[in-house]
Parts: sequence; structure tokens; C-alpha cells
Amino acid sequence: MKRFSGWTLASPATLLVVVFLVLPVVATIVTTFMTPNGPLAPYLGFFGSGFRRTVLWRTIQVSFIVTAIALVIGFITAFVISRAPGWLKSILIIAAVFPLLTGVVVRSFAWLIILGKNGILNNFLVSTGLIGEPLTMLYTQGSVIVAMVYLFVPLMILTLVGVLESIPEDLIQASSSLGAKPWATFTQVILPLAVPGLIVGAVLVFTGSFTSYATPQLLGGEQVMMMGTLMYQQAMVTFDWVAASTIAAVMVVFTIAIVLVMTRVARRLNPMAV
Amino acid sequence: MTQKLHPALIGFTVLVFIFLIGPLIIVVGSALSDTTHLTFPPQGLSLRWFANIFEIAAFRRTIITSLQIAFLSTFIALLIGIPAAYALNRYRIQLPGWLATLFVLPVLVPELVLGFALLKNVAVQFNTPIFLTLVFGHSLLVLPYVVRVISASLASFDFSVEEAAISLGAPPLRTFFTILLPNVRSGVIAAFILAFITSINDVSISIFLTGPGISTLPIQLLAHMEQFFDPTVASVSVLLMVLTVGVMAIVERTLGLTFLAK
Repeated sequence: MKRFSGWTLASPATLLVVVFLVLPVVATIVTTFMTPNGPLAPYLGFFGSGFRRTVLWRTIQVSFIVTAIALVIGFITAFVISRAPGWLKSILIIAAVFPLLTGVVVRSFAWLIILGKNGILNNFLVSTGLIGEPLTMLYTQGSVIVAMVYLFVPLMILTLVGVLESIPEDLIQASSSLGAKPWATFTQVILPLAVPGLIVGAVLVFTGSFTSYATPQLLGGEQVMMMGTLMYQQAMVTFDWVAASTIAAVMVVFTIAIVLVMTRVARRLNPMAV
Repeated sequence: MTQKLHPALIGFTVLVFIFLIGPLIIVVGSALSDTTHLTFPPQGLSLRWFANIFEIAAFRRTIITSLQIAFLSTFIALLIGIPAAYALNRYRIQLPGWLATLFVLPVLVPELVLGFALLKNVAVQFNTPIFLTLVFGHSLLVLPYVVRVISASLASFDFSVEEAAISLGAPPLRTFFTILLPNVRSGVIAAFILAFITSINDVSISIFLTGPGISTLPIQLLAHMEQFFDPTVASVSVLLMVLTVGVMAIVERTLGLTFLAK
């Protein structure tokens, strides 16, 4: 009996990806270049509109802030986890995985309860007398940022724990026994070795924030529109599919460009690679 | 000896975990409240909002739809993902390098774009049934998880065992079921469960492929939240968290949760 070849085994999955992902996505992007008003008309329209430029700029800003905060929180937490004793390490990893496996709707909803006009935070602040009137916290850029940081910190922690764990304990000990202060050990040994992991985490969080939908929809609404919510609105509310496809194309190009550039940077900065 | 961690670092980590777990505890608390609006701490304990889930037809319907889609798409992803992962590991040299990249494309391409593209260029263009398009969309979404988890468990598999079975005359399919599959069993279970939970939680693909006729649970939750601010959403959230705990228990038993940190 003949054995299956590699191609035979891989072909159904290849077919699924090509037919339901590559072709539809490429077709979506190609149609934006074939409008009757000239090949670049949708893009001139997109970048010509002040409102859409604002949305793009806000999305970049929010993603950048979220990535920066997640990097700091994730790195410190992952460092502590990686140096924790075995049993504690398992508990902490479980505590980080649980939110990650809980859906984005549930996790954004939690912040809706906390930040609402009659939410927990407002009730607390009013009852302690810190503020007289409930603050408007929902539907602001701040609420979107907080909820997104909440969304992505577990991902950052789990990405970095693996990287930090792989730094040999000997190396850290060697550095301190050679006279390096903890801060010097941190900046000259640990940080450089963690750079590839930090880049992977940053790419995941940045692209995730840049293309998110549920969180900006629930916590930002119409007031804090981002690329994802704008795309949904164009596609399903105003039914302007050319505009929606244009946003889709901008998202794809942006995401792939970031991934390609950052993986190249990561390779160059990796001190372990010769 | 391990260097002592600075107390400030430990304090910071404690705060981070309060930040991570606190909001979920708040959701659980609000679900148990006896009031008609969302409050925390709960006022009067009651399970009536859990009963209320099943009194709303839209929730009953979407829970069933979400389960159907999750089962079907995970099944399809396993059916085609296991052979693909096997091929990638066993025939690495014969297959082109871009093939592995192709299987991670569903993670690389923004989900929203995939959802919109499926609506525009598959569902509308070829008039395919929405349910079927959703199933294929979700299969794509979970395929990378399946390929990755199965590849990881194949990495420790000794292919010479399989060689031995074949040279002793076992037909390929029998070799697969009696030699290979039992060896990667824990990987298959973990892949199934991770794919299942990913499909159940998906918003970005489903949002474009649902409408008045068909919807999934997360989309119904979003719709419900825009109209009502009662504890029903909190109680559905608790059900989903219970599911998550179950998933984690199974992953821990099979692969170990530390796998997720690699």
C-alpha cells in the first residue's frame, strides 16, 4: 500500500486557507484599486477626510500607549513570576491564563460595570467624598486604554515569562558576583536578553489593539471611534463597502509591515544570535 | 541561591494580579445580585438572573448556535490540521518553507478583515449559507492553534516507531490510528479544547456574519448590552467563566498550562 505524501496530507488545510482567507482578503484589497474614480480614489478619500485621519491617528496613539503600559507591567510581573518558587509560579501563571481564555466581551463588560456613571468606581469615589458628582469615565479615550491594557497584559506576561525563564540563573549570578549592582545586572544582562521577547510581545499587543473591535465598541462607542469600529460602521451601518475595504487594506498593510519590520529588528538585536 | 526580589517588585506584582482578577470577581458578584440593575457588591443573593438567561429566546438560540459552530469548526480544524501538522513535521524537507507561514496567516491577518472579506467575497458573492460561512471562518481562526499544539506534541514523537509499524506491514491508516494518534492524544485534547474556547469567544469574525436570522452568543451579548443594563449579561459571563475553568483544567491535565507560556 502506498503512503500518503506530504502534500496530500497538507492539502486540505492549504485549500481552506487559500479559498477562505487568501483569495477573499486579496479580492477585498484588489477591489479598492478598481473603483470607477481611478485606482487611488478610495485612499485619497480616506486620507483626505479629516475625520478618518483623526480615527487613524487616535488608533495609532491608543495602540502605542497600550503597548507601552503593557510592556512595563508585563515585564515586571513576568520577571517576578520567572523568579518565583515552583508552586507559586504555577498559581500565578494560572491566574494570568484565566483572563486570557475568558472572552473579550466578558472582560470589556467588567470595565463597563466598573467605569459606568453609576459604576463601582464612581459610587466609591462619591461615597468617600473625594468627588461630589459622578465622573464621566465611559466613552473616553482613557476608558478604552484601561480596558485594552487589561485585555493585553496577560498576553504580555505569558510571552515574557517563557523568555525570562530561559535566561540562565548562572548568568545573573555571574554578573552580581563580578560586582554588578542589581540595577546594572538588570540593564546590562537581563534587559538585552529579553529584547526579542519584548519585541514579540509588543508586536502582538500593538497589532491586537490596532485591529480590535469589541473593546472600543463597548467602552469608546461613537465618541472614541477606532479603525475597527469605523470599519464595522462603514460596512454594516452605512453599507459603504469600498470605504470598509479601504480600511481593511490599511489595517492589513499596517499589521504586516509591523510584523515584518519588528521581526527583522528582533533578529538584529538578539544577542544570542551569532 | 536565588537573588532576593525587591519588596517593591513583589508589591507591584500583587497589585497587577488584583487588577487582573478583580474585575472578573466583580462580574461574578453582579451576577448574583437580586436587583434589576447591575450593582457590586451584590444586594441580596439570588440565582434568578441565571434562570433569566434561558427565558430569553435569543440567548437560548445563540447558545445552541455557538456550541454547534464551535464543535463543527473545531472538528474540521482537527480533521485537516492534524495531517497538516504531521506533514510539516515528518516531511519538512519536501515541503516548501512558506507552507508553515500559510498556516499562521489566520493569526496574522486581522480577524475583522477576515470577517468582512468572508461576508463580501464569500457569503454575498457566492450566496453561501451564513451558518456554513461562519463554520469555515471559525475553522480558519482555530487552525493555527491546532497546527501549533499538534506540532508541539509531534516534536517529541519518535518517527522510527511508525517506520517500524509500516515495515512490519501495517497499512498507513492503521499506523495512524494505532501508533501515531495514541502518542499525540494529549495534544489532540488540548488542541480541541483551545480551539473550542477560541471559537466560542470570537467576536471579530462573527460580527460580520450574524444578523437577525443567525447570531452567536458573544454577538447576542453585545446586542443585549446596548439595550439593557441588567445582570443577565453578568450571569452569562459567569457561565462562560465556568467553561473557561473547565478548559483550563483539561489543558493542565493534558499539556500543562505552562505550555501556554512558551
